[in-house]
Amino acid sequence: MTEVRALSGRPVEELTLEAVRQGEIGLEDLRIHPETLERQATIAEQHENPQLAENLRRAAELTRLSDDEVLAIYAALRPGRATLAELTALAESLADRGLPRCAALVAEAAEVYARRGLSA
Amino acid sequence: MTAEDIKAGGRPVGRVRFMDAQRVNLDGFAVEDAELGLVAMRSPYDPEPGLVIRDGRVTEMDGVPEDGFDSLDAYIARHGIDLTVAEEAMSLPDVEFARRMVSPDVPRSEIIRLSAGATPAKLARVLALLRPPELGQAMTKMRARRTPSNQAHVTNRLDDPLLLAADSATAAAFGFREVETTVPVLADAPSNAVACLIGAAVGAQGVLIQCSVEEALELELGMRGLTSYAETISLYGTEQVFTDGDDTPWSKAFLTSAYASRGMKMRVSSGAGAEVLMAGAERKSMLYLESRCVALARAIGAQGVQNGGIDGASVAASVPSGLRELMSENLMAMTRNLESCSGNDALMSESDMRRTSRTLPIVLAGSDFMFSGFGSIQRYDNMFGPSNFNAEDIDDFLAMQRDWGVDGGLRTVPEDRIAELRREAAQLCRAVYQHLGLADFTDEHVERAVDAAGSKDLGETDTLAVVAAAHAIRDGGITVVDVVAALDETGYESVAERILVMTAARLAGDYLQTSAIFDEELRVLSLVTDPNDYAGPGTGFEPGPQRQAEIDAIRQARGVADLRAEQAASAVPLLAVAAPAGSGAAAGDPGREAAANPGREAAPGQDPREVVIGVSPAVGRDVWRCLSGMPVTDVLAELLAGLEEEGCTGRVVRFNDTVDLGRIGLAAARLAGSGIGIGLQGKGTALIHRRDLAPLANLELYSVAPAVTAELYRLLGANAARHAKGGTPDPARNPYTDEAIEARYHTTVIALMALERAWVKPGAPPEELSLEGLR
Repeated sequence: MTEVRALSGRPVEELTLEAVRQGEIGLEDLRIHPETLERQATIAEQHENPQLAENLRRAAELTRLSDDEVLAIYAALRPGRATLAELTALAESLADRGLPRCAALVAEAAEVYARRGLSA
Repeated sequence: MTAEDIKAGGRPVGRVRFMDAQRVNLDGFAVEDAELGLVAMRSPYDPEPGLVIRDGRVTEMDGVPEDGFDSLDAYIARHGIDLTVAEEAMSLPDVEFARRMVSPDVPRSEIIRLSAGATPAKLARVLALLRPPELGQAMTKMRARRTPSNQAHVTNRLDDPLLLAADSATAAAFGFREVETTVPVLADAPSNAVACLIGAAVGAQGVLIQCSVEEALELELGMRGLTSYAETISLYGTEQVFTDGDDTPWSKAFLTSAYASRGMKMRVSSGAGAEVLMAGAERKSMLYLESRCVALARAIGAQGVQNGGIDGASVAASVPSGLRELMSENLMAMTRNLESCSGNDALMSESDMRRTSRTLPIVLAGSDFMFSGFGSIQRYDNMFGPSNFNAEDIDDFLAMQRDWGVDGGLRTVPEDRIAELRREAAQLCRAVYQHLGLADFTDEHVERAVDAAGSKDLGETDTLAVVAAAHAIRDGGITVVDVVAALDETGYESVAERILVMTAARLAGDYLQTSAIFDEELRVLSLVTDPNDYAGPGTGFEPGPQRQAEIDAIRQARGVADLRAEQAASAVPLLAVAAPAGSGAAAGDPGREAAANPGREAAPGQDPREVVIGVSPAVGRDVWRCLSGMPVTDVLAELLAGLEEEGCTGRVVRFNDTVDLGRIGLAAARLAGSGIGIGLQGKGTALIHRRDLAPLANLELYSVAPAVTAELYRLLGANAARHAKGGTPDPARNPYTDEAIEARYHTTVIALMALERAWVKPGAPPEELSLEGLR
């Protein structure tokens, strides 16, 4: 079994009451690590669900973004919120920041939204 | 009323008026109407299944060419179909596909493989072929997780944290592995999440918590570790309704990843009726539209689906085959290799029979979650709206599990344990709120929350304090670590530890896999770790011996030992064996001791006005109280008083060689100077007999022992006397009841008769009992 770490890098075994008492535990110590999501993606693939695997890999990318950024991208993808140009730019910036799967999702959305009248 | 009156008034006859008054007629029933989408399994406007693939790309799906794809088609076509198996799946005849789905000889994995290549229209066609028992069979085979489970709603009208904590602990103790809360007042949400988190941890380890509110807030609560899963991410079967819901397949796909990125389990929500209610069904059947939703759920990478109508369940229930459609939706999620959280979470009928009929097949077949919210609280406190089953129905559900020998995920909790857990949960919740400076609650409030069957039992509460607490949680950035620290610092280390360990367990991510739950040892049970291996009788999930015992041991079950104890508690120092004539001994201790010292053997009487009351072997020994609740001694006193009223005298004789009332009555009559006897079994059944009749004939019989009153026993005594005098008796009518009297008393009867039988000694003589103290 691979060692499980939190997003902060702290091994999960160190998540103890004593550490809480010392005030050592922060939110980053409660967050899932992208490697964990990647490992789970592999397992999902082995269990006949490549789509779940893809989702978990997108999620692994998103661990690097702040909560506000995540919610802002979600908002941009809702119908009628962003123009085609805005979505295309968003996709490019995500690609540039090393989030290729999220970028591909947004780029595909941009294309379909334009055809179906779902962009602003 | 004449025939003319009935016609003139347009009033139905009494029989119809009576039928009209039954509760089922409060339900609405719709005429099937495809134009409105009011059609369950198949609409004439549903597309023909079809798939064209060119150069590894879907260019036509279910009759729509690529350039005509709406956003749902586009997402499904690009991400939802396994092109390597599509040709095989699409060319498989519907009936053959359906048979493979049902056959135990075709493994689940084969259906998963094939379904991945089926379009929405194809899968809808196939599922529409399955009849109800076949749906059940397929569900047993196709659900992802081997071990079935259940989810609870925990809410109340006031968002009262102490009551939420107590109810959450109660739900966890009953065995629910997911607790879903929501709010009547949105701002209260963070407080509800904290209260349910604490309560569930008190009730059992490993319960997942959800606070169903708008996405941003729900995600925020999850990010802070206060909740651990989400399921109200809605999908709809038409683009119009999807867009009206302010989302697209891409926004939902992104949201799905967002939840996973914060380590939260998540499933989407869909189900029949939503599109119809929004006048956006586009003339398609409910099953076809749901097939699009489920295909999309798989395509966006959700691990599971909450469906089976959900908010639209009663829309589906209003049309022909509606319940069949709801169950097909659950099966559809399973065939797409997704977790099924199987609806049953909206009250779909005023009729107890219809709502049971809706839920039972799924409980029998077994699902990942039988309910996507069994209302563990009372109907009026269910802020999702009443569920199909609620706190009112928990004992019914436990009995149903036991009746069918199936695991519906729930268990009996001893009453003192419920009290203990509720008190602990309410106290801990108060301590945390106080410690974190969120709110102060009184001792009285704690006590009321412990005892409350619902929020109406709380009296006046300070609802503004809840809003303030919720604000403080949200604005103060309170996380699960703060809750853990507060519990630890207020002296509740073990619950603090429990929440912390659970939080740590989530970091392994195993519970993000399909159909994952934690068991009480924090092991993850999922498609991966606990795969369903059903392949016909003798395979698949069976409750283990311990779990079976838990299912069987409902708190109402009684054995002979329980009944013996109850009877012993009613024992009185009467009915001793009468001392041999002339010995002068008074009535002494009843029971075994007396039996061990044989007293006076009953002799035939000479007085023509004497009636003998014969009682069964355990009377005065192990049996002291009749089914009606009357003490046997009171019954005897009434019988004797009735005899006296008519100028007769009575003797009480216990017969030790039979439990048969006819034989006891006849034997009593043969001992009586008048030739008339009364037979009385300890359970209260009584008759009048005459010495020249056959054992099974008798003069009067009270067969419905639980309903016989003191007045009736007195009348029986008086009538026996009238028979003795050769007069005219005034026969009593057997009391009638339309209650399930046999259901209520048969187990007691069986145990009482076992107590009687234990005293039978073949050939043992009858013995006369003392009348001392009877009058």
